Order: sequence, then structure tokens, then C-alpha cells
Amino acid sequence: MSDVSDDILATAAAWRAAGEDVALATVVQTWGSSPRPPGSRLALTASGKLAGSVSGGCIEGAVADAAKQTMASGTPQLLDFGITDERAWEVGLACGGKVKVFVEKLA
Amino acid sequence: MKAEILARLQAAQAAKKPVALLTRLTDGVQILWPQDEAPAPLAEAARTALRDDAAQNLEYEGAAWFVHPHNPALRLIIVGAVHIAQALVPMAQPLGFAVTVVDPRRAWATADRFPGITLIHEWTDDAMAELAPDSRTAVVTLTHDPKLDDPALDVALKSDAFYIGALGSRRTHAKRVERLTELGHGAEALGRIKSPVGLDIGAVTAAEIALSIIAEVVAVRRGAALGSRVRAAVSA
Repeated sequence: MSDVSDDILATAAAWRAAGEDVALATVVQTWGSSPRPPGSRLALTASGKLAGSVSGGCIEGAVADAAKQTMASGTPQLLDFGITDERAWEVGLACGGKVKVFVEKLA
Repeated sequence: MKAEILARLQAAQAAKKPVALLTRLTDGVQILWPQDEAPAPLAEAARTALRDDAAQNLEYEGAAWFVHPHNPALRLIIVGAVHIAQALVPMAQPLGFAVTVVDPRRAWATADRFPGITLIHEWTDDAMAELAPDSRTAVVTLTHDPKLDDPALDVALKSDAFYIGALGSRRTHAKRVERLTELGHGAEALGRIKSPVGLDIGAVTAAEIALSIIAEVVAVRRGAALGSRVRAAVSA
């Protein structure tokens, strides 16, 4: 877990050093058949750059929307995706798992 | 995350120091342990997360906390700068392994053949003693030459390396076991050596053998039954 996510932090740091607004999304809890384990990270910029992942691609879009809010407000968010969550169907967590994702601004 | 915490986290990683990032999920407050002090229950969770290399969730004073371990990179020490090693290096790196290649034969261990990889040209026992394999290290010997492989295995067997593999046929390995027994290693220690090395996927080419080796390293690291089950079936 310490391995590949290091590159994502380095990428995030480099983006910020280049003057971009950067948010970090981290999987903090999973249930069932979630594709990415806790600790998995996705770094995003306001300009639309992405590095890493928090799912197999199913929730990245929704996480990016939340990240934009967090980059604007500075307030972190704890997102909950799962089969009991109507939003999850919208964004299509088709694997049937549940996942909690923490989104924070790199300030 | 504050840029200051990210910088300290990256510094700890560069210094190969284990750290845990603790985040209060209600408001994003963060602690980088052990650099920052943490209340006892949080410090305990951080210790556990680092030991198991697994993230933890806990409640502390009515708030949910996420404990995210950042251990130093796994290491892969390859003894023998041979063709299979050239195939193994680019497979191991994206899996999170910091790779070192040991081979005193300078004609083999060249920067041309292993761009960007740490190469050590010392004799294998000195090199291995210096590298000091630990519980986050895998060691694979590939030279086929007892003069090079045996001293490396001797050091590896005295270490906590989580994986020790040695290229060679069953017959080669039987002779190797005899030699290492003479060096004072018991049957249990020698049982740690995976040989023939790698999962039995019918590998033929250098790249296929490298794939079988790195797959076995991952299986052992993750505690999968696969490696041992396959081996048991073959030797039965």
C-alpha cells in the first residue's frame, strides 16, 4: 500500500508546486467486492488532471465532482458509495461493493 | 492535507522511515505519526497499521479516524545480472519493489542492461550483508553458479527476508541443499528456499520465468495459498 500510492503523492506535490489546485481522494473503508483497497488514492486538479484511482473507474466521475467543490471551499468531504445508496446506482458502482472515500484539498 | 504534512510524509519515505498518516474524517485534521504525537489509542492503531501494512478505521472521542500506513518500499534483491533479471526488473518496479541487482561480473551488471537500477559489483556475501534483507525484502538468486548463489543464500537464510527463491532444477537444488547444510543450515531453514523458483505456469522464455517468479513473490507476500499449494502438489 505504501508502494504505488507514493507516486501519486509525488505527482500531487508536483502539480501543486506548478501552481495547480489539487485535491486528494482516499479510499478509507470498503465492504464486499470493492476493486481498490483502503489507502488507494486518486489525485485530481481543478484543470482536470488525474493520477491513481479509488475504484475500477465507476465512481471517479462523482469523486471528481466532489473534489471540485472541496477545492473551491477547502472543506473536506466523506463520500459514501454503495448499493444502498441511490447515488451509487447513478454513478454505477456495478461491482456491488460499498466504499467510503475521503476527499481533501492539498492546501 | 496540508502541504507541510505532505512534505514531511515524502521526506519520511525518502529516508525509508515508516510513518502513519492519521486523518479525522469529520474535519480533515491530520497527524503524521510518530513525528507528531498522537493520543495512545491512535498511536496504537498506527503501530498496528504499520506492522500489518493495512489501513485501520477507528472511533476516537466520537469521531471516525482513518489510519493510513506508509511503509518503506518493498525490496527485491536479484543476485545475477542475467537475462531473466532484465525481464524481472521492469515487472517488479510497478508492483512497488525497489530493485537492487548484485553481480560481481561487471560485464553482466552494466547500466546499459539495467538502466536506473542500483547495481552492486561486490562479491555476493559482502553485498548481501551490506543490503541486510529484512521482512520487507525478497531475494532471488539467478546465477546458476554456486560460487555466487550460495553465499547470497547463506546470508538470506540468516535474515528475515519474506521470500527466498533460487533458480535451478530439482537436481541442482538437491545439491545446493547439501552444500548449504554443510554451512550449518537446518532442514526448516532450507525449506524457506523456493526452488524450482516461481509458480508453475509452464514458463519457457525469460519473460515468462520472470512472471512466474514475481507472481510467486506476490503470492507469498499476500499470504495466498497458491504458491505452497502448487508446490505441494508437484512434490507429492
